[in-house]
Amino acid sequence: MPLDKPYKDVPGTTIFDADMSRQGYHLNQFCMSLMKAENRARFKADERAYLDEWPMSEEQKQAVLDRDLNRCISLGGNIYFLAKIGATDGKSFQQMAGSMTGMTEEEYRNMMINGGRSAEGNRYIGEKK
Amino acid sequence: MARITASVYTSHVPAIGAAIDMKKTGEDYWKPVFKGYEFSKEWLKAEKPDVIFLVFNDHATAFSLDLIPTFAIGTAAEYTPADEGWGPRPVPKVIGHPRLAGHIAQSVIQDDFDLTIVNKMDVDHGLTVPLSLMCGEPQAWPCPVIPFAVNVVQYPVPSGRRCYMLGQAIGKAIRSYDEDLTVQIWGTGGMSHQLQGPRAGLINREWDNAFLDQLIADPDALSKKPHIDYVREAGSEGIELVMWLIARGAMSDVAGGAKPKVAHRFYHVPASNTAVGHLILENA
Repeated sequence: MPLDKPYKDVPGTTIFDADMSRQGYHLNQFCMSLMKAENRARFKADERAYLDEWPMSEEQKQAVLDRDLNRCISLGGNIYFLAKIGATDGKSFQQMAGSMTGMTEEEYRNMMINGGRSAEGNRYIGEKK
Repeated sequence: MARITASVYTSHVPAIGAAIDMKKTGEDYWKPVFKGYEFSKEWLKAEKPDVIFLVFNDHATAFSLDLIPTFAIGTAAEYTPADEGWGPRPVPKVIGHPRLAGHIAQSVIQDDFDLTIVNKMDVDHGLTVPLSLMCGEPQAWPCPVIPFAVNVVQYPVPSGRRCYMLGQAIGKAIRSYDEDLTVQIWGTGGMSHQLQGPRAGLINREWDNAFLDQLIADPDALSKKPHIDYVREAGSEGIELVMWLIARGAMSDVAGGAKPKVAHRFYHVPASNTAVGHLILENA
């Protein structure tokens, strides 16, 4: 019997479930390693060499190098783990979240000040706005 | 015997901690957030409990993907504020209450909830931001804290129903403790927010306020709300709100007592990516 995944039809959203976690294990554990200052320094000194120490897929490594958080998430990354990359880069959580929306930093910040993104038209994939 | 005097509910947005630590609370952006907690700080001074049982979630800090406990109770003597990648927050260490925590663990496990017991854990913003909001910037936190971590990072997270029933078991455990202690139970996280993907920034003011209304008036019905409603209506990270049902389940009315009194209610958008909700309920 297939597992119940009712969250597949929510637009612009990837739910980090056991399947995603399995695909993203090494990517997320790489992120976790950036909790240590010495690892952050080594990563910053040579990102590619540091990534090559981890059994991640080439796609995952490239997504990290590109700081493409949407791509990282589609390859099993979880935002709370990916946030460690942002912290290493000196980025705030708002800058990171905004970077996934196609908006500029200022546009995203203004949207939040004006009450955030409405749920209207954003509940189901293909829903009319 | 120990008794639960009140429950406190609050968001635990990391940027709030950063605003406090970087002395930005007087800025126009942050003023309205902290104004909502002025009453709460005075209230906590007047109603200071002997112990706070603090329900929160770890954000890939103490628990990586190596170990993902659904429910973890801290039974340690103390906990260090974690370095989450920006350096540790300059806040006091958290003093535990191993004897009460051990009592709760034994009672709740005997009531069929399979808790993970944690004797070593750094605590992240999920735990320290609520303390900062409620206590300001003291040299030491006002009382011992029992951290209770819930997995809301990897799905499936525990259901609202399971959290509500767990809260009832925790309430029963505290009420059976043989020392005359006053205990507050805090539920943290939420309210609506989504931190990932093109839908990041989702906020749902109407849904959040309906959640607050129902949490006060009819938590039993609220506990039956399925996960997908949280995700669709309050954003993928809005699911943290299931933790509020643990605190609510521990209140006296759920065990047949009188309805709680609403001492304080506050709601504000935004703090960074998130809607801030806050409630204080006092047991009669």
